[in-house]
Amino acid sequence: MTAVSPAAGLVESDEPQAESPDFKRNYWVFAVPATVVILAVIVFPWLFTVYMSFHIWEIGGGTTFVWLDNYRQLFADQRFHEALVHTLVFTLLATLIPIVLGTLAALVFHREFRGRGILRTIFVMPMMATPVAIALVWTMMFHPQLGVLNYLLSQVGIPPQAWVYSPSTVIPTLVLVEVWQWTPLVMLIVLGGLAGLPREPYESALIDGANSFQMFVHITFPLLWPFILVALIIRVIDALKVFDTIFVISSGGPGTASETINIFLYLQAFAYYNIGYASAVVVVFFAVIVAISLLMLHVRQKTKWNA
Amino acid sequence: MEGESLVLKVLRKAAFAFAVFVLVSPAILFFLWTISLSFKSEIDNMAFPPVFVPSPPTLANYETVFSRNDFLGYFINSVLVTGGAVLIGLLVGVPAGYGIARSKSSRFAIVILIARMTPALSYLIPLFIVFQLLGMVGTIGALIVTHLVITIPIIVWIMIGYFESLPAELEDAAMVDGCTTWQAFRHIAVPLARPGIVISSILAFIFSWNNFIFSVVLGGKQARTLPSAVYNVLSFEQVSWGPLAAAALLVSLPVLLLTVFAQKQIVAGLSAGGLKDG
Repeated sequence: MTAVSPAAGLVESDEPQAESPDFKRNYWVFAVPATVVILAVIVFPWLFTVYMSFHIWEIGGGTTFVWLDNYRQLFADQRFHEALVHTLVFTLLATLIPIVLGTLAALVFHREFRGRGILRTIFVMPMMATPVAIALVWTMMFHPQLGVLNYLLSQVGIPPQAWVYSPSTVIPTLVLVEVWQWTPLVMLIVLGGLAGLPREPYESALIDGANSFQMFVHITFPLLWPFILVALIIRVIDALKVFDTIFVISSGGPGTASETINIFLYLQAFAYYNIGYASAVVVVFFAVIVAISLLMLHVRQKTKWNA
Repeated sequence: MEGESLVLKVLRKAAFAFAVFVLVSPAILFFLWTISLSFKSEIDNMAFPPVFVPSPPTLANYETVFSRNDFLGYFINSVLVTGGAVLIGLLVGVPAGYGIARSKSSRFAIVILIARMTPALSYLIPLFIVFQLLGMVGTIGALIVTHLVITIPIIVWIMIGYFESLPAELEDAAMVDGCTTWQAFRHIAVPLARPGIVISSILAFIFSWNNFIFSVVLGGKQARTLPSAVYNVLSFEQVSWGPLAAAALLVSLPVLLLTVFAQKQIVAGLSAGGLKDG
């Protein structure tokens, strides 16, 4: 199984070089065009954002250097604190539920059964389909009076729900969409892990008279853990960044009940045109995401990696 | 296990079938319902209790999508933006992946990794300011440049992994025979890496095609791509459900077809860490 080999390669990159140095020397030339483009469209925006975050930035008008004022204002902003809490709650739910369901799904799809290929394709479709398109259809299904979901609930005796129209149910509803959309990715990653499991431990466990539950707990799960961890890292990063579905389905509402940092950021920049302020949000958000990612990559490196 | 009775075996099978059903039905029901909405009349779509099977099915919603909107124009915009961003991404990303893999430089790879973690939205503010200064808001060119933020990290990341999995001996041998590094890359490594190139193009295509927010902010009226057109134009100017569902299906169609016909490559790419855009 070569899954995640790029990241693994990253880890082991300090190995002594086998090739002779004069072959090695001009490889960097290959990266020059990409470096130029990456400097222009990725690194420059990062730096420019930091620069803007120290200013009050009028679109098409003047700029005023205010040093850290935007950050001070941000850390005192109640609405930002709430957005932070919404983001954390959403991320927690939208990580744990897909991890559990996706792992179970992988165990199911790992077994041979009739129609497996086609059913797996259908299962994977939610994560491939255009998020905006999906979000618009979910919006129609959440309609309190005419929506198909409330009708289906009424058929099994559950009273109609307000879905995204109530502050108390909007985040769980958005999590539902996220789970529906991204459980397949966890499934694919864990399925990749299952495909590479060795046979020997199971054979000897069978001889020792272990039952299938014991084999799962003591053999399958520990061997799968690195893959689950990778899925976990990806889920956390992706859930922190979710924008399209929340923007289309609730736009952060009702009120600000489902406003995550990403939505807050968008509104500050492109609805209120507080460019400097929004830039400060980006810088803080960026720092949070990179810190969490590096922390999790560090944890992953510490766990044994035998894939 | 051998002592298991027939009843237990049947129960076991039934439980497994039920698990499969529970897993797959949310996706099946969602897409069936979207298809149903797209083929029903407006009256049936607004009926409560809902009408599930269109009778008779109508193509009126699809006609509305094409006749009342410049759907074809948006489609062409999407093809130009995604095509351009994937092509440029390949031109600079494949050599970069090769250079990074062979020189084993981890610094560059870390920049790519951080770029993959960064929310796409955070590139939008600075790029918006720059394109406004340049008078390029509302142009296909601005969108292609912005979509490079999506395509380049995916392509470089997958290609690093792919080139790392190829043995360097063939290239070394060719260079001993007097090949330049470029020739070794062009005539030995690239042909061997073709599956990796296919995988990275497919994923870059999907994530670029699905991107929505760049075009909302930078597309203006002229350069709108399909996802933002569906959101901006259809959902506001026509609140009716049928055309919206039809448009949602049409927008996703290229990507869903890829999922069906290139699933092997997509799965390989995703598990190689070519995960998601912002």
